[in-house]
Amino acid sequence: MKKNGLWLGAFGALALLLAVAEPVLLAKVLINGAGATFPEVIYTKWFEEFPKKYPDSQINYQALGSGAGIRQLTEGTVDFGASDMPMTDAQISKLKVKPLHFPTVLGGIVPTYNIPGLKQDLKFTPAVLAGIFLGKIKKWSDPELTKANPGVKLPDTDILVVHRSDGSGTTFVFTDYLSKVSPEWKTVVGSNTSVKWPVGIGAEHNEGVAGLVKQSPNSIGYVELIYATQNKMGYGAIQNAAGTFLRADLGSVTEAAAGAAKNMPDDFRVSITNAPGKQAYPIASFTWLLVPSKFADAEKKKVIVEFLRWMLTDGQKYAAGLSYAPLPKEVVAKEEKAIALIQ
Amino acid sequence: MATSVTLPAHSPPGARSFFKRLTSGDEIARLVTTLFASLILLLTLGIVWELWIHSTLAREKFGFGFLTSTAWNPVTDQFGAFPFIYGTVITSVLALLIAVPLGVGAAIFLAELAPPRISSAFTFFIELLAAVPSVIYGLLAIFTLVPLMRDSIGPFLKARLGFLPIFTGPVFGVGYLTAGMILAIMTLPFIISISRDSLLEVPTEQREAALALGATRWESTWHVVVPYARLGIFGSIFLGLARALGETMAVTMVIGNDPSIHASLLSPGYTIAAIIANEFAEATGDLYLQSLVALALVLFVLTIVINALARLLIIATTRRGSSQA
Repeated sequence: MKKNGLWLGAFGALALLLAVAEPVLLAKVLINGAGATFPEVIYTKWFEEFPKKYPDSQINYQALGSGAGIRQLTEGTVDFGASDMPMTDAQISKLKVKPLHFPTVLGGIVPTYNIPGLKQDLKFTPAVLAGIFLGKIKKWSDPELTKANPGVKLPDTDILVVHRSDGSGTTFVFTDYLSKVSPEWKTVVGSNTSVKWPVGIGAEHNEGVAGLVKQSPNSIGYVELIYATQNKMGYGAIQNAAGTFLRADLGSVTEAAAGAAKNMPDDFRVSITNAPGKQAYPIASFTWLLVPSKFADAEKKKVIVEFLRWMLTDGQKYAAGLSYAPLPKEVVAKEEKAIALIQ
Repeated sequence: MATSVTLPAHSPPGARSFFKRLTSGDEIARLVTTLFASLILLLTLGIVWELWIHSTLAREKFGFGFLTSTAWNPVTDQFGAFPFIYGTVITSVLALLIAVPLGVGAAIFLAELAPPRISSAFTFFIELLAAVPSVIYGLLAIFTLVPLMRDSIGPFLKARLGFLPIFTGPVFGVGYLTAGMILAIMTLPFIISISRDSLLEVPTEQREAALALGATRWESTWHVVVPYARLGIFGSIFLGLARALGETMAVTMVIGNDPSIHASLLSPGYTIAAIIANEFAEATGDLYLQSLVALALVLFVLTIVINALARLLIIATTRRGSSQA
């Protein structure tokens, strides 16, 4: 009997809960988004925190990859997309409603390597980095490398290049940077989410590249700054456009965006690799939300606009804690104006 | 025979008699099972249709040259399937070369020689192995097989057999051979457990007859039992082959993902399944995406062709075997 009473109680409580929860669920404006994996951690945090301020909204985000985000937006299966690279004109022309680009946070990409016995951090000039990934600089003892690293004893061993095997925004930004600093890279390889690598072996995701580099002596690869810092990996400094050698951190990545802000186009579709500015880290990029410029549903529009405003102000405060570089204030000001374009 | 009894074969055709026939349980069972069976066919055709439609751009642009082209450059929109076909075939063949002798040997031991208790204990573990997800095999390979290949097996092969073109070049630890080895480990459980089952199904009289004719235990096993169970053993090998051809995760983790062709088995390569998994989510541009779908179509056809060849092989060897017997 006692057991039965317990069951009945539990059942009653559940029914009561449903009765209370139902109207709340129904009243919510549900918004779906999909896209980039790089900002997944902060987006998850944002979409969890934002409804606490605006209880009538619920935003679901699926980190399927930038390409998938753009495809789903094109097919109209999501309310907004997200991408680590701006949409091309050809991609935009396929959409009935023109999408707007809103930068959310920034990321940097760092070179990581494994040279047994090496204590110091290495310095890379753009020419050296391009040379290694082009397969022209074959040994760690190459004169160009030793010239950039005076006093460092580099071994006379072959360099093993490790790159991403999966298509990724990280590869896009990295190859975009190499295309800017090396004319040869631009003609031989170019930039995309996947490219035809002249040398090296491929590994999946940041963890795959990091793992292979850690395991293989005399190797070099590239990973996202956020991944390197969270896993306490060593990485090298890169010479920026102003000639300073910089080891990436959140400040120097944000600085890259500030440096590029002056020449920022109104649609925010801009690459900020090799940005000007003494303290600007050269391999940095925005990640964007892709929001339709016109919403049929006024409720959805309201929530999206509220979210963008919140993301640019309170939302940015979560960035540094999660190892993302926040937007510089110049960009925030410009974006706040752009929100008005949503109809 | 049962169907001919329940089926009034001479009843006149017509809707009424059709429904009347439906009252018979056997008829309903026949309809339902036919429906289920035809669903399989529909599903296969549906897959081909989808792959065909969604690879139109790539097929029109590259034609049959897609199969022989070695270019894979998403930047310039040049796509070709050959390095991936090569990698898929090489790794699968390597896997079978390693797994078939091991697997059939183990199955013979378990079915013919081992005491029943040991045999059933082993079988339990083998079936457990078959249930391990492929990503786990991939991880194990990264942490154990890859360093082993890089530091021991690779240099050893190069030093002893380096005069062969298949064991030249730098040793990275990842590559065709590593992928072949992990595929061999993954296909082993299938080969062992199905081969063992078919060996156990050989009638005892066959063994007894061989022994009575003065054959030793091994002669009876090798000349009588194994040939008798040949169909089942071949079947297990094809199942293993199918797994090897389509395996994605474990392979992409250890093959090096390099879309070019190398003669050396120690070099990094790529397989069809691996590149689809790697590049599909972030494929930019329609031609790029459709080329990946075209690759899926190629893999589908490749699987069918290889299976058909394998079946021909069975037919050929079975005929020869029976004429000798």
